[in-house]
Amino acid sequence: MILAQQQRALTMLFKIEARAEPSRQMALAAPLIATGLTIVISSIFFLTLGLNPFLTLYTFFVEPLTTKNGLSEWLLKASPLILIACGLSIGFRANVWNIGAEGQLIMGAITATGVGLFLPFQESGLLLPLMAVAGVIGGMAWAAIPAFLRDRMNTNEILVTLMLTYIAALILSWLVHGPWRDPEGFNFPQTALLPNQGMFGVFDYAYRLNTSIFITVVVVVLTWVFTERSFLGYKMSVGGAAPSAARFAGFSSSASIWIGLLASGAAAGLAGMMEVAGPLGQLSPQISPGYGFAAIIVAFIGRLNAIGIVLGGLLLSLLYLGGETVQLSLGLPSSIALIFQGMLLFFLLASNFLINFRFRKIAMRAH
Amino acid sequence: MDLFVSIFTATIIAATPLIFAALGELIVEKSGVLNLGIEGMMLIGAAFGVWAHFAGLPMFVAVVIAVLAGMASSLLFGVLALTFMTNQYAAGLALAIFGAGVSAFIGRGFGSTPVEAIQPIDIPGLSNIPVIGEMFFHYDPLVYFSFVMFGAVSWFLYRTKAGLTLRAIGESPDSAHAIGFHVIRIRYLAVMFGGGMAGLGGAYLSLVYTPLWVENMTAGRGWIALALVVFAAWRPKRVVLGAWLFGGMTILQLQGQAMGLAIPSEVLSSLPYLATIIVLVLISQNRQAMALDFPVSLAQPFRPKG
Repeated sequence: MILAQQQRALTMLFKIEARAEPSRQMALAAPLIATGLTIVISSIFFLTLGLNPFLTLYTFFVEPLTTKNGLSEWLLKASPLILIACGLSIGFRANVWNIGAEGQLIMGAITATGVGLFLPFQESGLLLPLMAVAGVIGGMAWAAIPAFLRDRMNTNEILVTLMLTYIAALILSWLVHGPWRDPEGFNFPQTALLPNQGMFGVFDYAYRLNTSIFITVVVVVLTWVFTERSFLGYKMSVGGAAPSAARFAGFSSSASIWIGLLASGAAAGLAGMMEVAGPLGQLSPQISPGYGFAAIIVAFIGRLNAIGIVLGGLLLSLLYLGGETVQLSLGLPSSIALIFQGMLLFFLLASNFLINFRFRKIAMRAH
Repeated sequence: MDLFVSIFTATIIAATPLIFAALGELIVEKSGVLNLGIEGMMLIGAAFGVWAHFAGLPMFVAVVIAVLAGMASSLLFGVLALTFMTNQYAAGLALAIFGAGVSAFIGRGFGSTPVEAIQPIDIPGLSNIPVIGEMFFHYDPLVYFSFVMFGAVSWFLYRTKAGLTLRAIGESPDSAHAIGFHVIRIRYLAVMFGGGMAGLGGAYLSLVYTPLWVENMTAGRGWIALALVVFAAWRPKRVVLGAWLFGGMTILQLQGQAMGLAIPSEVLSSLPYLATIIVLVLISQNRQAMALDFPVSLAQPFRPKG
C-alpha cells in the first residue's frame, strides 16, 4: 500500500511531455550522453571481470591511437564504415531498410577481384578505375534484386537484403574454394594476389593506410550535398517521414526505393573493392569483420547526416581497434567490441528521446 | 522407407527452433510491435543454455535460464521501443548486434565442447509401433512442447479475451487506450513472451539440435523466423507449416551433401535462404490475404494521449 503510494508519488514528480520543436542542444548532447553511459556501464562490466576499468578503458580507447600504425589502422577501418553508412543513410532517410550491405560489400569485392585478376588490363593504369566501376556495379546489382522485389513484387526489403547476404557469403566461399582458388596457393582457400596496378598506393610502406581514403572523403561530400542541398534528397526524406504527404505532392515512392537501395549498394560494393584493392590484396572466405552491419550503427550514430557519420565511423572504428588491442594485451575476447557496438546504439537511441521529449517537474500531490 | 522416415523426423526437429521463435514473434507483432532482434535473442538463449549446462545445472534448469535470458534481452528492446519510442527497426537491429556480442562473450569458454543433448523420450506403447512410432512418438520433450505452444498461442489469440485485447491493441492502439487498456504494459508482456520463445529456440539449437556452442550458430534462423511470420500472414497455423517447409529445405540440402551430389555444397547451403526469398515474393503477391491479419499499427510508436 505504502509502496503503491510511493510509486504514485514518484510518477507524479516528473511528467514526460513532447517538446514544441526538437531541441538543438539535446541533439548535440545525446551522442555525448550515450558515449558517457557506455563508458560507465562498460567500467562496471570490467570491474565484474576483475579488471581495472581505467586501465582497460585506456587500452581500449586511447592506446590504439598512441602509435602511427594505430592511427593508420584507425582511418583504414573507419573508411569503409563511413563510406557504407553514407550510402545507407540515403535509403534510411526514405524508410528504405537495406540491412544487407555486408552482402553487397562481398559482391563488390568479388566483381572487382574478377576484373583485377582476369581482365586483360593487368599492366594498365586503367585497371584500378575499372575495378572500382566493377565493385560499384557488383554492389548495385546485388541491391537491385531487393529494389525490384520491393518495387514490383511488394516484398519486404529487410528480409531479402539479409537473405542475399548469406547467399553472397556462400558465393564467395564457393569461388575461393573452387574456380578462383590460386593454383599456386598451397591449397589455401584464397585467390591469387591482385596485380600491382590493381592496388591502391599506400602513403608509407610501413603502414596499411592507402589512397582509397580520398574516395570516402568525396563520397561524404556528395552525400552531404545530396541530403542537405538537393531537391531529390529532400523529396526522399519527406517520403520517408510522411508517406501520404509525399504521395499527395506527387513524389514517387518507387524512385525512393530504387535510389535508396542502389546508392547504398554502390557504396557497399565500392567499400568491398577498396578492401581487396587495399589491405587484403586478394579474396579469402572472410573479407569483412562485419563492416556492412556496423555501418548501420554508424548511420544511426551519425543521425543519418554526413558529418555525423564521419564521427560515428571514427568511433566504431576505434571500437574495432580497441577490441583487437584488449584481445592482444589483456586477453579479453574480441566479442567485447560487438557488445560495445550494441550498447552504444542502445544508449544512443534512448538518448535521442531527449531531443523530442522532456521531463518536466510537477508539484507532488499530497496523499 | 527408412530414408523417408529419417527425413520426416529430421524435418520436424529442424523446424522446432523456428516454430518457437516465430510463434513468439507472431505474438509480438500481433500487439503492433516489430522486434527485428530475434537472431540476437536466440543467440543469447543458446549461449546461456550452454553456460548453465556446463555450470552443472540440470537440463531443465538450463532451458529455463535460456528462456529467462531471452526475456531479459527482449526487455532492452522493449525499453527502447515502448518507453523511449525509438525507431523499432533500429532498436531491433541494435539487439541483434548486441546479442551476437553477448552470446560470443558468454560462450567463449565452451567453443565446440559437445553438450550431452536432451534425449528423445519413449512413450510406452506408442513408440514401439513400427514406422508410426518412429515418426511421431520418438522425440525429445521440447518438440512436443513446441506443439503445446502452437496450441496455446492459437487458443490465446482467437479464443480468449486477453488475445482479443492483444489483437485490438495491434490494430488500433489509440482506441484500445481510450477503452482503458494498458497498451504499453500489454506490449511489454508481448515483447517478453517473444524474447522467451526466441531464447527457447536458441536453447533448442545449442542443447538438442547441434548440440554444442558455436559462435553465431543460429546462422540466420532468427531472420528466417521473422520471414516466417510474414509468410504466415500473421496466422499461427501457417507459421508451423512454414517452419516445416524450411526445416525440410535444411534437411534436404544436408541429405544432398551427405549423398555427395555433384553440386557444390554452397549451392545446397544457399537453398533455405533462396527459398525464403522466393516464398516471400510469392506470398507478397496476394495483398488482400496479407492485409487480412496484418496488425495495422505494426512498428509505429505509441504514446498515450492525455
